[in-house]
Amino acid sequence: MTALPPKSDVKLGLVIDLDTCVGCHACVISCKGWNTENYGAPLSDQDAYGENPSGTFLNRVHSYEVQPEQGTAQTIHFPKSCLHCEDAPCVTVCPTGASYKRAEDGIVLVNEDACIGCGLCAWACPYGARELDKAAGVMKKCTLCVDRIYNENLPEEDREPACVRTCPSGARHFGDLGDANSDVSKLVQERGGIDLMPELGTKPVNKYLPPRPKDTGNEIDILAPLLAPIATETSGFLGWLDRTLERI
Amino acid sequence: MHPAPSVILFSVLSGLGFGMLAWLGIGKPPVTGMSAFIFFFVAYALSVGGLLSATFHLGNPKNSLKAFSQWQTSWLSREGCCAIAALTVMGIYAAGAIFLETHWALLGAIGSILSIGTVFTTSMIYAQLKTVPRWNHWTTPLLFVALSTFGGALMTGQVTVAMYGFVAVGLIQLVAWLTSDNRFTKRGSTLETATGLGNIGKVRMFEPPHTGTNYLLKEMVYVIGRKHAVKLRVIAMLLMVVIPVLMIAMGAGHDIKAVIAVLSHLVGVFASRWLFFAEAEHVVGLYYGKRG
Ligand code: SF4
Ligand code: SF4
Ligand code: SF4
Repeated sequence: MTALPPKSDVKLGLVIDLDTCVGCHACVISCKGWNTENYGAPLSDQDAYGENPSGTFLNRVHSYEVQPEQGTAQTIHFPKSCLHCEDAPCVTVCPTGASYKRAEDGIVLVNEDACIGCGLCAWACPYGARELDKAAGVMKKCTLCVDRIYNENLPEEDREPACVRTCPSGARHFGDLGDANSDVSKLVQERGGIDLMPELGTKPVNKYLPPRPKDTGNEIDILAPLLAPIATETSGFLGWLDRTLERI
Repeated sequence: MHPAPSVILFSVLSGLGFGMLAWLGIGKPPVTGMSAFIFFFVAYALSVGGLLSATFHLGNPKNSLKAFSQWQTSWLSREGCCAIAALTVMGIYAAGAIFLETHWALLGAIGSILSIGTVFTTSMIYAQLKTVPRWNHWTTPLLFVALSTFGGALMTGQVTVAMYGFVAVGLIQLVAWLTSDNRFTKRGSTLETATGLGNIGKVRMFEPPHTGTNYLLKEMVYVIGRKHAVKLRVIAMLLMVVIPVLMIAMGAGHDIKAVIAVLSHLVGVFASRWLFFAEAEHVVGLYYGKRG
């Protein structure tokens, strides 16, 4: 059913730390790896080794430059996957009922057996989180690794999304954002986590942690005096070598 | 948005076809027998042909029947249901007119309403999208319905109605264009709100997430030159409204002037519909640094 379910208390989602993300794209690759081998149609590539490669990904990392009014510009890496919105416009537009939001945990999924590949849900999503697979003709999107997080065949430490498990800098966190006492909710609280494009009323579950304030570049480290060059004129053997080499 | 030929073809032709059906349903013109057959044949060819071309846009058409199931929430599903209802009701009405030489007035009236309803539901598929501010406005359904109604009037020979109707279409189109040009900016989505980085400073794209293209860029980040758009708007307005109105004013009937009026209008609507897609900016373009 493409009607949204009644509000659930459990809201599984991701918290993405823009301060620690180093833009390595490891989450992009692990996401593609896991999801092409598991749930649903594989994530196809077109002309992968040719001149114009393109393909389906469920998670992508943008990089932005932010110029404050004063001081130097900052580079910020920006991973983006489905935000599992509470008021998901992609779900209600679907004519077939293929797009749905799970009542029990709020995960937004596509039932590929019902999808006609009309693409309307991708139009309705503000975040570019849905891509129609060229080979399969059905809509693909982040599943929040629903086939990992509840998967009892996996060792316990692997029961989290592939992107979260892979991130080498710990920039992606997974948990229940509906529970005010969960680790992710506390993180959002402490770091002032925000919504993307709140003006569109989608109420994303995923939150983004803004980069921490940078130092201004004026503070000098207390160890700085020890780092100053000591000898200005070289003497001894090195001095002799230097002068000799200069001459020839 | 990518101006996909199949979708443009569908929405223009089926709009015209359903417009014709709407007039035929209220007995204008009150045709029976062979001439009714010709009118209904043209109307069905346009509307059904249009619907079929729309299925070429689908990635996985084998599940099409399921698209009638979600009419409670989805405008696309409502469009499908409405179209089938309109075609069925008008089919029965047409059979009466062609074979029994009778007009079942109530049935025809219901068919008319369903026909216009189909065009309205089509327009709402676009008008509902908050992600495309240019479409997300009352002028979208008004323009679609007016074009279909008065285009249908021209095709069914209601030339006087068509003439005044086209003047109205021209005005609606003008309002639609003028009010939509700054709607994206007015709605306030920027790269700053999209990334939430606005309180640090001005954001610009440093590196895209992929070196090649992808579905999002192809489908939703179509960029058209401003000068190009202005020229096309003038051409669309001339062909869609000005020339047909002049032809009718000069007394178009069963002659070459009527043919010119119909062809010019049709080409004009294609141009207008192409612009409707090509000019529409999706907010996802912000993430790729492609908006303003
Ligand atoms: S991010 Fe896009 S695809 Fe995901 S739930 Fe929100 S609107 Fe739907
Ligand atoms: S592409 Fe598939 S999931 Fe998306 S709206 Fe169409 S039928 Fe629904
Ligand atoms: S949760 Fe899973 S599907 Fe979603 S972005 Fe991460 S790896 Fe990809």
